[in-house]
Amino acid sequence: MIDTLLLSRIQFGANISFHILFPTISIALGWFLLYFKLQHNKTGDSSWQDAYQFWVKIFALTFALGVVSGITMSFQFGTNWPGYMEVVGNIAGPLLAYEVLTAFFLEATFLGVMLFGAKRVSQRVHTMSIFLVAFGTTLSAFWIIALNSWMHTPQGFSMVDGRAFADDWFAIIFNPSMPYRLLHMMVASFLTVSFLLAGLSAYRYLRGCRASANHAVLRLALTSAMILTPVQIVLGDLHGLNTLEHQPAKLAAMEGIWEGGKGVPAVLIGIPDPKTQSNRYEVSIPKLASFYLTHDWNGEVKGLNDFGDKIPPVAPVFFAFRIMVGIGLLMLLASWLGRWQLRGGRELPHWMAKGLVLMTFSGWIGVLAGWYVTEIGRQPYLVTGVLTTAEAVTKLPTGMVLSSLLAYLAVYVGLLFAYIWVVFYLTRKVDDKSIAQPSIIPTSASTTNPLGAQ
Amino acid sequence: MPPDLTAPAAWLPLFFFVAMGIAVLSYVVLDGYDLGVGLLLNRTADHNKDMMIASIGPFWDANETWIVLGVGLLLVAFPLAHGTVLTELYLPVTAMLIGLILRGVSFDFRVKVNTSQKPLWNFLFYLGSLIASVAQGVMIGRLIVGFESGFLGWVFAFLVGICLPAGYALLGSTWLILKTEGELQKQAMGWAKVSLWLTAGGVGLVSIATPYFSPEIMNKWFVMPNILWLSPIPLLTAALFLLVLKSISALQSGASKKEWIPFVAVVAIFWLSFFGIAYSIFPYVIVGKMTLWQAAAATESLYVIFWGAIVVLPTILIYTFYSYRVFWGKARELSYQ
Repeated sequence: MIDTLLLSRIQFGANISFHILFPTISIALGWFLLYFKLQHNKTGDSSWQDAYQFWVKIFALTFALGVVSGITMSFQFGTNWPGYMEVVGNIAGPLLAYEVLTAFFLEATFLGVMLFGAKRVSQRVHTMSIFLVAFGTTLSAFWIIALNSWMHTPQGFSMVDGRAFADDWFAIIFNPSMPYRLLHMMVASFLTVSFLLAGLSAYRYLRGCRASANHAVLRLALTSAMILTPVQIVLGDLHGLNTLEHQPAKLAAMEGIWEGGKGVPAVLIGIPDPKTQSNRYEVSIPKLASFYLTHDWNGEVKGLNDFGDKIPPVAPVFFAFRIMVGIGLLMLLASWLGRWQLRGGRELPHWMAKGLVLMTFSGWIGVLAGWYVTEIGRQPYLVTGVLTTAEAVTKLPTGMVLSSLLAYLAVYVGLLFAYIWVVFYLTRKVDDKSIAQPSIIPTSASTTNPLGAQ
Repeated sequence: MPPDLTAPAAWLPLFFFVAMGIAVLSYVVLDGYDLGVGLLLNRTADHNKDMMIASIGPFWDANETWIVLGVGLLLVAFPLAHGTVLTELYLPVTAMLIGLILRGVSFDFRVKVNTSQKPLWNFLFYLGSLIASVAQGVMIGRLIVGFESGFLGWVFAFLVGICLPAGYALLGSTWLILKTEGELQKQAMGWAKVSLWLTAGGVGLVSIATPYFSPEIMNKWFVMPNILWLSPIPLLTAALFLLVLKSISALQSGASKKEWIPFVAVVAIFWLSFFGIAYSIFPYVIVGKMTLWQAAAATESLYVIFWGAIVVLPTILIYTFYSYRVFWGKARELSYQ
């Protein structure tokens, strides 16, 4: 049924999905830019300066999209979910306030110095500005993930007259799922950027660019992906065990386990059907789920049927989880193979370069799938055990929410296409002198940056 | 009003009410000048557009953060009013957010796409600035009338919705007088004079209409002795308008070189107007319905933010000043190098 609740959920989902794409890139890309800058400062090798000059443009564009879509988020709590702040405002409020006060102003102010101040401040101050921007984005992730994790695994508070009151801020911030979620997201950000760097570098390579800066970035990206993908798999597994302990219904949905018990099979694929409370076309391996969840072939695992009606929609969680894992395995394969192909200064085979171009934004798919698993998996709750999503929603008329939703969707779809198009366009432009310069006042970045001409 | 302001449950909400006011005022003035530059963008030749953008390039992102702080303080300090305020303002808030999105991204896209697409992004920059400023005006109007749903309540809101862009254009053009030179600066002086009259008319209209819509606000202004000690506000505002006009004329004729006077005087006009509105609304968060003390969050939670704010806000001010100092003087072309 189309009602205000469903539309508000779709709208929030659309806003936060669109938003997370950009911070996911800017968090890790900031640190990569700092690395490029430090390498240049240390070695004096102009390749690193060239790499910085190219990637800072992508960074600036990404950052702008992250900022404006983030402002939308800050208003959404009140416009569509007034019950949220009314019930848990005493917890959520300070965490959001600290994000704004300690992170937003820091990154926004030094972004100006970082982007446009290179000639106006000393090299040291400029390097420091890059650090502060990267630090700000990371700090912002810390606060918002602390709050998000608290919504999954709330603790350190007590309820008085239907409102939450904080008892222990340390327990609230470092709640049980927070360290896993934060690390999983940070590594996801670095993996997303690794494949972005690799994809666009491979794209330039395919178009004939043999600049040393491009090769260095490609090698760096694949090395980082090669190391981080296994780390991410281990972190994901630990996060899953944490979910098993604190949100068993979500885990049962991820695994597609309807009937709990001893010696539960691992469902590889199937179509969860809530009517029959089973999976159609199920392919599974006997006892495996019990083994990897409890480290005992006959260990006991709870099924969805053990949680009554307090279970999330199973199919989206089940499939999103498989998409995330699939992307992870693909990343593992691509990074190890690609890095091996580059060994000893060798060049990438064309088919592999094409594959990496296709995987340019693969991190986005993995990140979105992962967030869908965890957020849809928390349903029907907004704050586990404290507040349901239905209780928090606005009482606005359906038509009003529908109109805003359609407006947002139109803008987001347009901007997403524009962003991807411009990212590839900027990449082509570095090596292609025949494309006209866009700026009437020639910016020195576009006239003295012949990356491909080396 | 709780009589005992020494009790944390009384002064903490007041502190956050004032802090929220400062955040909103900072937003209106800071993002006001760059929204104003956006409103004026299409009134000049292409080669001047890049310079207009360059004058706001290093600042707009941080300027916009003030509104996140403003709504953030509403959200964290007054959670019980936050939902009501934002659901009442649902449509203008949605319009404003879409405007701010278009404005913010066009700023970056316009220099990164190829030349043939640049006019599209210039137009979206203008359109986004226009939508955001009108929507903010409507929001302020709705807030003043306490979200009254009648026809006149909406007429008033739209009246403010027309006046605020004029005020932003005035801020933007005086900012350009300060930050640019030559042909563009001369154009900006012309824009400033036109938007000055529009703004003055708007401020006058809103000042007369506000007490008309709310008897409560009428009682706060037009009774003895309030009317006496409040009278400097309109008088000073009028004097500042005159100062802006005179100082621009003096710049145009070459009699003066003080390019900072118009901008600073316009900022002062915004401060006074803001004080007027704040005085009218106080101590309500939702006019006539909920006071700031009724809407406040738990005292313990407010304390947690209070200590953070006391330490962090001065730090923010220091590095904001630093950033303005780095980009002090006339704007230069934007370059990542």
